[in-house]
Amino acid sequence: MSKLPLRARVATTLGGAAGRMSRLAGRGDGSVIGGVIGLRVEPGLLSLLAAGRQIVLVTGTNGKTTTTRLITSALSALGQDVASNAFGANMEAGLAAALGQAPDAPYGVLEVDEKYLPAVLQATKARVVTVLNLSRDQMDRAAEIWLVARRWRDAFEAAPDCRVVANADDPLIAWAASGAAQVTWVAAGQRWHEDSWCCPRCGSHLRRDDLGWRCGECDFSRPSARWILDGTSVIDSTGTMTELSLALPGRANRSNAVMALAVAEVFGVGSAQALQGMRSVTSVAGRYTQVERHGRHMRLLLAKNPAGWLEAFDVLDPAPVPVLLAVNAQIPDGRDTSWLWDVDYRVVRDRPVFVSGERGLDLAVRLEADGVAFELVDGVDDAVSRVSAGGTLDVIANYTAFQQIRTAVGRAA
Amino acid sequence: MGPPWDPANSRRGTHSRGPSNLRLVWVYPDLLSTYGDRGNLLVLERRARLRGIGVEPIQVNSDQPVPRQGDIYLLGGGEDLPQVLAARRLREDGGLAAAASRGSVVFAVCAGYQLLGAEFGGEEGQPVRGLEILDIRSGRGERRGVGEILADVDPELGVPTLTGFENHQGVTRVGPGAKPLARVSVGVGNGDGTEGAYAGRILGTYLHGPALVRNPGLADLLLSWAIGALPQLRPEQEAWTSRFREQRLAAVTG
Repeated sequence: MSKLPLRARVATTLGGAAGRMSRLAGRGDGSVIGGVIGLRVEPGLLSLLAAGRQIVLVTGTNGKTTTTRLITSALSALGQDVASNAFGANMEAGLAAALGQAPDAPYGVLEVDEKYLPAVLQATKARVVTVLNLSRDQMDRAAEIWLVARRWRDAFEAAPDCRVVANADDPLIAWAASGAAQVTWVAAGQRWHEDSWCCPRCGSHLRRDDLGWRCGECDFSRPSARWILDGTSVIDSTGTMTELSLALPGRANRSNAVMALAVAEVFGVGSAQALQGMRSVTSVAGRYTQVERHGRHMRLLLAKNPAGWLEAFDVLDPAPVPVLLAVNAQIPDGRDTSWLWDVDYRVVRDRPVFVSGERGLDLAVRLEADGVAFELVDGVDDAVSRVSAGGTLDVIANYTAFQQIRTAVGRAA
Repeated sequence: MGPPWDPANSRRGTHSRGPSNLRLVWVYPDLLSTYGDRGNLLVLERRARLRGIGVEPIQVNSDQPVPRQGDIYLLGGGEDLPQVLAARRLREDGGLAAAASRGSVVFAVCAGYQLLGAEFGGEEGQPVRGLEILDIRSGRGERRGVGEILADVDPELGVPTLTGFENHQGVTRVGPGAKPLARVSVGVGNGDGTEGAYAGRILGTYLHGPALVRNPGLADLLLSWAIGALPQLRPEQEAWTSRFREQRLAAVTG
């Protein structure tokens, strides 16, 4: 800390005070406001705060927060402090605040909004960038994902010292990462194919088979991977198979975990050691949390876009456990609900379905078209009251709907 | 109630359709499906089936030939590069233009709408040649139109006010061979106060993605173009759609 220029020290001190005040005032978890104030005093703050540390950046449409947490847990094996924006504040202010709050940590694991990756990579001179996946998400305010991939590609080309850990199964990710000088390819799987029918390089139809994907016209194809997710196990570069045995549920989290193992390897942390830390993670910023509500068990799942809904369905309890689906369309969610029609809801035909949220009627019409029986309810407690005492309710909600439910059932969740 | 629909009522006669199945052809969802475009297929399918009409949905990817015997062709929205590629492939294939010239119904949204015309703006704004099956000409505008849109439909079509969401930077001029679909009251549309265009049984709109979900009247117009007069649905079959539509209209008009 003492090596920071005076201006940066003033900026982080002011920022830290604001973060504490924000928490005291109950205005949030205080993870952004400090960074906002700090950056106003010293615009180069992020560079200054990152200097001399080993930084890992994590980005992609889905799984950023969870993967950041898994990498942080894996790196705990190094026995040193790791700075991290664990609550998902992933723009420049959130990153500056996270580093400012842990001035002596030699490592930083930071999730980064897709759009900001090029600027953050340049500012932090990150040692590793982890790129998970790219799919349609909040398209009324985000750039088209092909453009995002192209900007990443340019950013990687301009950062030859950075190692990119990339999901080889996502064609758009593979195209972006193939611009990097050093890549660790991970076969982390790709369930959602609707945004990658076409070759990112030439635009032709992509062919898919058991070996992955390849372009029918140019020679672009899935790179061979050093790490492979195989069911519930990981196969590492030596061919050793290890059961992941995570506490977090679902295929998406196994995929995130294999990405995290590949990052840990860069820092000399082996799978066995890394998994020890990762298996202790049971919930991430409220996601997957189990809560009791009026004598019923509830489990909270966040799904912000079609690919995310697919992953959330994957971890639902077996039928007939009922599910509450809640959808809003505030600015952080995207004002446009068209994406509901990209989700296949037929998988929940086998269970009672409750619908809520500010855009519950959008969802109602969507479910009707898929032949899913449902009841429109007035918020989470109305849904809970319709579940028999002692029973279980799964909840899938998009971003602000999820936050509203967390607030309703108590922030402790 | 009589037979749900009678082929003798059909206004078309240029070619014969199968005995019972309405062929809905979804064109190039691998290139043109960005904003829940599947919704239009599902709504047409549902509203046909509720009337006892069998439906055969056909999904055609960009590496497959476009069948010429479809009844209704659907084109969705897309990003710039896929739009350019789709226009090129559809020109080379010729199936969509052939079907349109034989009187099949074409419903196109956003990028799909633009590529039916003489030209549209490519990824650098450059003019790209379209299919020339609808008399419109599009280019790139100054700013992106993003948000809710409301528009009053040409009274000749007998369709209630359009409600939808738009997200595009296109500007479209409707030529003498086509008519604007509607007049914009909220939003951007074609950029000159009009929205969309139609000529014969070809209809395009900037209302993106699942435009027919909020506009069942437009869905029924397309179905009636394909198969003739339709029986009314029962109110309970429309209940959720009506509530949803009212909520969206109220949200925009305040």
